[in-house]
Amino acid sequence: MGELTETPGRADDAEVPRPVESVRLESVTKRFDTVIAVDSVGLSIGEGEFFSLLGPSGCGKTTTLRMIAGLEFPTEGSIRIHGEEMGLRPPNKRPVNTVFQNYALFPHMSVAQNVSFGLEMRKVAKAERTQRVAQAIALVQLTGMENRKPAALSGGQQQRVALARALVNRPRVLLLDEPLGALDLKLRQEMQSELKALQQQVGLTFVYVTHDQEEALTMSDRIGVMNQGHLLQVGPPEEIYEQPLTRFVADFIGRTNLLDATVESAEIVCLANGDRLPAASGLPAGAKVSVSLRPERLAVRPRDSVSPDMLALEGEVDRVTYMGNAVVYGVKVGWMTIEVRQENEPGTVRHEVGDEVSVTWVPEAMSLVVA
Amino acid sequence: MSVQSTARPRGGARWLLAGHAWLVYAFFYIPIIVLFVYSFSGSRLVGQWEAPTLEWYREVFENDNIQRSVWVSVRVAFFSTIISTVLGTMSALALERFRWRGRRVFDALLYMPLIIPDVTMAVMMLVFFVQAFDIIDSIFGTQFLLGFNTILLSHIAFNISFVAIVVRARLASSDPTLEEAAADLYASRWQCFRRVTLPQIMPGVLAGALLALTVSLDDVVITSFVTGPGSTTLPVYVFGLIKRGLSPAINAVSVLMLVVSMALIFGSLLLQRVISRESSLD
Amino acid sequence: MTTDFGVVPDLTPEQEHESGAPALEAASERRAARRGFLVALPSFAYLVIFFAIPLVIVLVYSFATRNPRGITELRDWNVEAYRALAEPLLRSVLVRTLVLALLTTVICLALSYPFAYYMATRDSEVVRTLLLIGVMIPFWSNFLVRTYVIRVLLSSSGPLSEASQSIGLGEVDIAFSNAAVLIGLVYGFLPFMILPLYAALERIDWNLVEAARDLYASGWKAFRRVVWPLSRPGVVAGCILVFVPSFGAYVTSDILGGAKNPLFGNYIVNQFLQARDWPAGAAVSVVILAVMLIGTLVYFRTGGRTL
Repeated sequence: MGELTETPGRADDAEVPRPVESVRLESVTKRFDTVIAVDSVGLSIGEGEFFSLLGPSGCGKTTTLRMIAGLEFPTEGSIRIHGEEMGLRPPNKRPVNTVFQNYALFPHMSVAQNVSFGLEMRKVAKAERTQRVAQAIALVQLTGMENRKPAALSGGQQQRVALARALVNRPRVLLLDEPLGALDLKLRQEMQSELKALQQQVGLTFVYVTHDQEEALTMSDRIGVMNQGHLLQVGPPEEIYEQPLTRFVADFIGRTNLLDATVESAEIVCLANGDRLPAASGLPAGAKVSVSLRPERLAVRPRDSVSPDMLALEGEVDRVTYMGNAVVYGVKVGWMTIEVRQENEPGTVRHEVGDEVSVTWVPEAMSLVVA
Repeated sequence: MSVQSTARPRGGARWLLAGHAWLVYAFFYIPIIVLFVYSFSGSRLVGQWEAPTLEWYREVFENDNIQRSVWVSVRVAFFSTIISTVLGTMSALALERFRWRGRRVFDALLYMPLIIPDVTMAVMMLVFFVQAFDIIDSIFGTQFLLGFNTILLSHIAFNISFVAIVVRARLASSDPTLEEAAADLYASRWQCFRRVTLPQIMPGVLAGALLALTVSLDDVVITSFVTGPGSTTLPVYVFGLIKRGLSPAINAVSVLMLVVSMALIFGSLLLQRVISRESSLD
Repeated sequence: MTTDFGVVPDLTPEQEHESGAPALEAASERRAARRGFLVALPSFAYLVIFFAIPLVIVLVYSFATRNPRGITELRDWNVEAYRALAEPLLRSVLVRTLVLALLTTVICLALSYPFAYYMATRDSEVVRTLLLIGVMIPFWSNFLVRTYVIRVLLSSSGPLSEASQSIGLGEVDIAFSNAAVLIGLVYGFLPFMILPLYAALERIDWNLVEAARDLYASGWKAFRRVVWPLSRPGVVAGCILVFVPSFGAYVTSDILGGAKNPLFGNYIVNQFLQARDWPAGAAVSVVILAVMLIGTLVYFRTGGRTL
């Protein structure tokens, strides 16, 4: 999937047997007064998948999640969960549960009462309820805390209660709205791996909203990147990182250098300084594109060590930032500064500010994105 | 040094501020203490001290008119509090949790009884009941009179607003995502209200009810306009007594009324402490 | 997981029609709106019947005629009752009411601001709460009784007079005077000023004062430029909460002012319960109502949100 024109896998070419579809959004649009929060989003999420909606704040990811939960209704479009049209079905009649951003634990109820709330509402018999609550609490390793009130728990513990409260109902889809956002870095990393392990253990569909690209990359089976209400790209983490389709995706996921370019022919693009690079775009000549170069895929070399067949740009070292495990160079190549990350391995040559160097890369390191 | 202390003036100004504060407290409490002391004075003249006696309290407890008016006050306060607490809480919910046409009109209408002077409201109620009874009597041949029912209806009219404003403040500060979480956990609208919203706003509902109770027990002007023979409330009766001239019995009944007020205040403070402790920690 | 799923193409218009999707949101909003209206309905209806309609009737009565037997007749509409406001008698009542209400407001503000400031700048929360309870008690206590207390205190043979005689200052006789009414109004409404002021001051982040001091402000300048502007909503709320009821006061002036010093409130009560000139009383009520509405509008215009 290296070309820009290829459409991602369509959900409705049904010849091959494929996993069961869990959540399906068709042309879902949500307007708030004049603002379009979500713009014609179509999406299909498979059973048992860990799917992340990733984007900056205000991109429409939370609104999308809330529409799946039934907490908002789309202005237009359709949402199906396991094939069933949701329409105006209220949240209490949907086979989904949500882990809210600030957990939304009921402060007047104990941990056990919080966890058993959903079961009580669905009139599960007392004996079964007690057993399932105990199981869920054990699952999130909070046994012994049953009678505490949420205010007496730490942030991480509250997070687990919220998780148990949702999981105990055995929903078909679990919706998570930045569930780790309020935790500090160390705890967040711990919870990331726990959550992922838990998801594999229970085999549920997770729809996970986050603005943290690292979180999305490490946990997800697939990621949908959103910006300004649009769903820009959907794919597995590697694909999103390696072959971003748009400038926004390339820039938002990881760090990258974006070089403005113009398509010259089917095989060649032309950079702003006139350099020609071999790149298959499939776009008509004259189209504006950007060349995305990840800093860690680039190398800084002395100019004399560059052979003419290498992809390279000449420049001058502008700044050097020592980061411990790596050194990051800013190399001025005339019209812009390119960031290059060099792993701090023994024996690597260090360059100084003012050194005349070349930035080089292999063709596979390069990807073309539309503006 | 704490943050607050930076904002405190130093030197002479500091003592002026503290002195002023205690003078204000003295202004609040010295008259009350004087009243309390003189209510035990043996003199027939109000404000003159003679050998202490409980005579005036005995007089109050033996006075049939006072007994009767206390009973009217209690019944009016009780029923108006209950009805206005239900209606006021519903109003607060409708305003805080729903968008609907006419909401702003209702909001304004709900505010007005709070800021309208007693006298104006009293005039409104009197003119309304007289006019309404006129029409109803001429159509149905009935003969409605001012009395207990008109007092009750008037008290509810201003108490709804008092309850609504208190409950609304509480609702506004309660987290609406809790209700979303309940709905997400299969609670119906009613279960959502019963199990999550109501426990959250309960301190506000109780505070509102207490305010309604106090305002109802406090009212003189409106009640004196819509009262009828045989259904005087205690404040209206005492007001009449004061206008006829001071008497030691008024001192005694005033002290008793203050004691009831204070009991209500401390009761509510205690209640709030209990509730806040219950809802936060285990 | 395979990448079998992905972006779903947009629906064609026909498909969209089938799913019945458009206008979903509109329908859900309509449903919520209906629910909200139904929840409000009982109180709404109650307030329309027992508040809005009475208000309109008073307005109508203020233009009606009073026959010689003291019965109001709903015909011969006129503005006589309003014209009476310009006559010397009623004008002097109006001026006295206005002056007393303004004085009460100013005195309450002057007494309350330093007091509330003192309360709000205590470190210990326990101390703050105790100080607050000290204000809550008079606030919640029976208003009639608190007015009566002042009457007892000021009576010619009363404790204040006796105390002043015993230290050789002579008899204090201010019962049934404007001064007595003023004292009574201040005593009655002072908590109405303190509480909103305290609420506003207590909310202030005192780090801002530290920041101002750090930026070379003197203690006084820090107060003038930071604390005072932030507390202004409380000032406005307190002034309205004191001015409006003082302007409509009746009980205070009746007990402390006697018949010689009537305020608007006493005038109205007289017209209704003694003189039986309802149109005149209704007209003055309408004027008080207008003052109150203007005061409230000013409050909301200056950025106040709740009382």
